[in-house]
Amino acid sequence: MHDAEKAEIIERLNGAFPQFVPHNRALGMRFVDFDREAGVAVMSLPWEPHLVGNPDTGVLHGGVVTSLLDATCGAAVFVRMWVPIPIATLDLRIDYLRPATPRLAVVAKATCYKVTRHVAFLRALAFHDDEADPIASAAGAFMLSTKGSPAVRVEGGPR
Amino acid sequence: MTDLASIAARARATGDAGLLASAIPYCRWLGISASLDGDSVLGRLTYQDMLVGNPSVPALHGGTIGALLESTAIFEIVWRGAGARLPKTIDITVDYLRSARPTDVWARGTITKQGRRVVNVHVEAYQDDAAKPVATADAHFLVDDE
Repeated sequence: MHDAEKAEIIERLNGAFPQFVPHNRALGMRFVDFDREAGVAVMSLPWEPHLVGNPDTGVLHGGVVTSLLDATCGAAVFVRMWVPIPIATLDLRIDYLRPATPRLAVVAKATCYKVTRHVAFLRALAFHDDEADPIASAAGAFMLSTKGSPAVRVEGGPR
Repeated sequence: MTDLASIAARARATGDAGLLASAIPYCRWLGISASLDGDSVLGRLTYQDMLVGNPSVPALHGGTIGALLESTAIFEIVWRGAGARLPKTIDITVDYLRSARPTDVWARGTITKQGRRVVNVHVEAYQDDAAKPVATADAHFLVDDE
């Protein structure tokens, strides 16, 4: 895939994916990158004062990181399948490796490493700019083809 | 400085379990509050449209339920006075059992093991029926990192 084509898809996803999911929009999430072959999605979330969990330190609340990891895992399922199907989180385990640094955006990178008929399996990391120095790691499973419509449907894009 | 630890101490002294939730910016923004119910803390996520994850079901975003579960576990630990410092989450595993409808969600935590450094908490989130949780979580918290 050419870079220009990829950039256009990312732009289109940013018009659709976070926008179709009210909570992702409320958190200011953006689609940053993807890799179809690897089943990888990368999303980012800006630091905002109202997302702070400890006002003494300015560190983001764990729930914000949970939302970003959950959303990025869902996006990775979509990237891997490349077909918009409705999905639902079955479980998500998050290890908090170190506090997020105040005032820095958080990036999450999720890999959908296995898909069966009913279930997708994922690993994810949250970090600032260095993947080797992660804030949190996650492992999750998503049910495929659940009730409702997919959160992603991009006109003229992946379908 | 707001000093969450002294707010936690004041919550225990006055019996107002909601003080901690209202001191945390993200809890205020998301609509998480807490009150004392019997001898444990009842967490509440008050519905607002921005909590929705999939409008077509419609269902609340999994992250918002995770945030309620984690917050309620922390409130319970603080309420029990388990550890001098504010608990730090080591890990949390959330099981999503049913899709959460666009209405308020409640949560209650139980301390399954209280250690010197680590506290294990089980939390359940539900909508109208506590016997039918929408999600449960098990989490470990560091309560003394001296």
